[in-house]
Amino acid sequence: MAAKTLTIDGRLVGAHENQTVLEAASEAGIKIPTLCHLDGIADAGACRLCLVEVAGSPRLHPACVLKVAEGMEIKTQSERLRKYRRLLLELLFAERNHVCAVCVANGHCELQDLAMDLGMDHVRYQYRFQPFAVDVTHRLFGLDHNRCVLCTRCVRVCSEVEGAHTWDMEGRGAKARVITDLKQPWGEADSCTSCGKCVHGCPTGALFFQGSTVGEMERDRTRLEFIVTAREKKQWIA
Amino acid sequence: MVLNDLLEIKERERKARKGTVLRCCVAAGCLSANSQAVKDGLDKAVKEKGLEGQVEVRGVGCMGLCCQGPLVQEDPAETLYVKVNPEDAPAIVDALGKNPAPGLPTTDPHAPFFKKQMPVVLENCGRIDPERIESYIAEDGYLALHDVILEMTPKEVVENVVKSGLRGRGGAGYPTGLKWATVAKTVGERKFVICNADEGDPGAFMDRSVLESDPHRVLEGMAVAAYAVGASQGYIYVRAEYPLAISRLQAAIRQAKQYGLLGGGIFESPFNFNVEIRIGAGAFVCGEETALMSSVEGKRGSPRPRPPFPAESGLWGNPTLINNVETYANVPVIIRKGAEWFSAIGTEKSKGTKVFALAGKIRNTGLIEVPMGVPLREIVEEMGGGVPDGSEVKAVQTGGPSGGCIPAAALDIPVDYESLAKVGSIMGSGGMIVMDEDTNMVDVARFFMEFCMDESCGKCVPCRTGTVQMHQLLDKIIQKRGAAEDLERLEELCDVVKNTSLCGLGQTAPNPVLSTLRFFRHEYLELLKQRETGAQPPA
Amino acid sequence: MDRLKIATLWLGGCSGCHMSFLDLDEWLIDLAGKVELVYSPIMDIKVYPEQVDVALVEGAVANEENLELIHRVRRRTRILVAFGDCAVTGNVTALRNSVSNVEGVLHRAYLEAADLQAQVPSEPGIVPALLERVVPVHEAVPVDYFLPGCPPPAARIRSLLEQVLAGTPPALAGQDLKFG
Repeated sequence: MAAKTLTIDGRLVGAHENQTVLEAASEAGIKIPTLCHLDGIADAGACRLCLVEVAGSPRLHPACVLKVAEGMEIKTQSERLRKYRRLLLELLFAERNHVCAVCVANGHCELQDLAMDLGMDHVRYQYRFQPFAVDVTHRLFGLDHNRCVLCTRCVRVCSEVEGAHTWDMEGRGAKARVITDLKQPWGEADSCTSCGKCVHGCPTGALFFQGSTVGEMERDRTRLEFIVTAREKKQWIA
Repeated sequence: MVLNDLLEIKERERKARKGTVLRCCVAAGCLSANSQAVKDGLDKAVKEKGLEGQVEVRGVGCMGLCCQGPLVQEDPAETLYVKVNPEDAPAIVDALGKNPAPGLPTTDPHAPFFKKQMPVVLENCGRIDPERIESYIAEDGYLALHDVILEMTPKEVVENVVKSGLRGRGGAGYPTGLKWATVAKTVGERKFVICNADEGDPGAFMDRSVLESDPHRVLEGMAVAAYAVGASQGYIYVRAEYPLAISRLQAAIRQAKQYGLLGGGIFESPFNFNVEIRIGAGAFVCGEETALMSSVEGKRGSPRPRPPFPAESGLWGNPTLINNVETYANVPVIIRKGAEWFSAIGTEKSKGTKVFALAGKIRNTGLIEVPMGVPLREIVEEMGGGVPDGSEVKAVQTGGPSGGCIPAAALDIPVDYESLAKVGSIMGSGGMIVMDEDTNMVDVARFFMEFCMDESCGKCVPCRTGTVQMHQLLDKIIQKRGAAEDLERLEELCDVVKNTSLCGLGQTAPNPVLSTLRFFRHEYLELLKQRETGAQPPA
Repeated sequence: MDRLKIATLWLGGCSGCHMSFLDLDEWLIDLAGKVELVYSPIMDIKVYPEQVDVALVEGAVANEENLELIHRVRRRTRILVAFGDCAVTGNVTALRNSVSNVEGVLHRAYLEAADLQAQVPSEPGIVPALLERVVPVHEAVPVDYFLPGCPPPAARIRSLLEQVLAGTPPALAGQDLKFG
């Protein structure tokens, strides 16, 4: 595999030709904000938070799906990118009912962390305050649409890692929702193996273990990593 | 099928023609005005008068002047009856060969609406019977396919299309030849050709008319493309809202297969090409090429990031050529008449003709085809006949929800890709909506924003959530509850949605707002000013 | 220089932010030496005074009284701080927005969930009417600074106040911007 050298934020970085800019940056210790990305599953390019500037291109590119190239010059931070990222985050917070104070994931939430990282002290858009359902029909897990950011990590991890494809999407635009099977309650979704990978993959408090209360919902991403590493690299490293 | 067979069909079809032809439009527009009953009535009247030997009643596709349907034209007398009722049929047949039937409304087939057109894509529309392949063959149909397969290398075909200067008619205007060349050069075990017939812009019906009026033309264009790029399987992605187009396409595919013009060993060559229809389920976003391909694959129709482009990695990861209906419909004539002939039409950078669907506050609603570069004013005022009540045109919206509103002051621009872009709009697929003085432009922006909001697939954050917020702000401004900072926020949202969205739908969703802000900002400011004074209670 | 005039307000919230304020413990004594507290739920002043330098507003704008008060506060205050998550986002106070309208909320709280003497309170002029929708403070009036947290920890309140007292625009970052 050929190696490529590129510049990220003024630093020379080496990468394999099949790597993405996000992977190359992360290996070099350069942090690019992400939300829909999860190590080990295919990228969707949906949250747009990892957009970066590429010298010579008028458009912004999502680092998670942008393949490295020789001599590429990437900027992960700029006034413009910071502004866009903050606006995108505000839009997400305004979309559903993210009430951190009473959320199971309070203190362990990637959305909450992003707000801190990106300096979002308030949301200028009107909160939508739409009613969303909570599905607690599953014996072990619960789904709270109020907290869902539609990153589709659950959909991808279930389909790609577990191979069950219990999760998918229904509806369009603001009416889009994650669903289990053919929109049965989760507890009645026959294809669900109750493996919990979706719960471990969820960035917010949308998927949780039954019985968790405010701030108790912690995830163990190492379990996903373990499976993916074992499958792809044949390394059983816990 | 070999060349001789094709020529024989043509000859037979031409010889069988009768002295007088009554062409009755049976495309969707006239059908919805009861034209099937008109055609049945004409058939019956001809039979009763015992004129079957001399008169042919032919169901044809769109004749263009949709607002006056049902349309019936008598040839060679060139009498064009409009708004025909089924009861009028005997009178029309009585008057054959003489003056127009007394008391029946007619229109001048030499009026500017018709005379200023240049039918290339629509050359057969309204003339041939779309349900009979022979009718198409009689107009030299499938001759281009024959010449391509038996006399040209795939490389020569691509070069021809490059030389013609044809650009994509679906909206973006990407050079068609370049796209073909890329797919042709990409190495892949299987390649696919897709026809995008998911026409979804409000007010646009160009593709539907072509499919209903001349379906074989699109099939032939696709087959030529498949030969050029090395594909053997094609898909036509049509929206379910076009049932007539679907059934005519199905019939056309069946007939072409029977004649050996599709399927295995076309013209007894080793070239195989099969076409299947895929029917959309009502999502506008499926007109976006990557979403369309997901849908063809049987998945949820949501777009994926490009690169990789379909030319490299399209359907099931294979190199895929995807073009719009009108683009393919240009191909047979380019082959038949030559790239030079084609590139002599239009402007320097926009070659050929463009079909437009005229709608809105305009006298002549319907379908027209004009050479690129015609002044917009000529289309709207001369061909379209201006606003029905004689009042002034305020703006013309082109390009659908991704387009913009061109103010009356800019009506003298030529209609080509670059000029439209300069005034903040796009060619788009060819929808053209005329607005008069009574139109509130902020309302227009809100209409298109609502459309984009409803049609956003929901995958990427800016398009899914930004369109909702923009719609809400436009609502607020229209209801005179908006303040200056709401306008600022709206412009900020336009910026973020345009520059961060995943696909074309999101990237262009702010365009109607941006273009109305550019030319009609005073209407926004007026609404802000009208906001009642005093403390505003929260909504 | 005159001591800064400081006010604290309690709109639609649980008073937890004020409790956290009191958690400033002995620093409150230092603070008392630097500022003059002119209006607060912990003191007996009925009318919001003129020319206040800094107001910490706890709670969301939930009823007509809140709305009237916040407009007066804005007119009479130089620096308005949204104090805590309810003021900044609506938070728990705004949970009702996504559940039902005013009638539905009152019905649920005072009739369905009532143990004794179920009745919807109605005392015009005494009990302020609920707004159709609870809004964060900045949706009602312009806000100068935002202090998130449910409640904001005492150290975060102190950090903001110290910067305001020093006359510099407060720059909160990282953990100091944590919602919840």
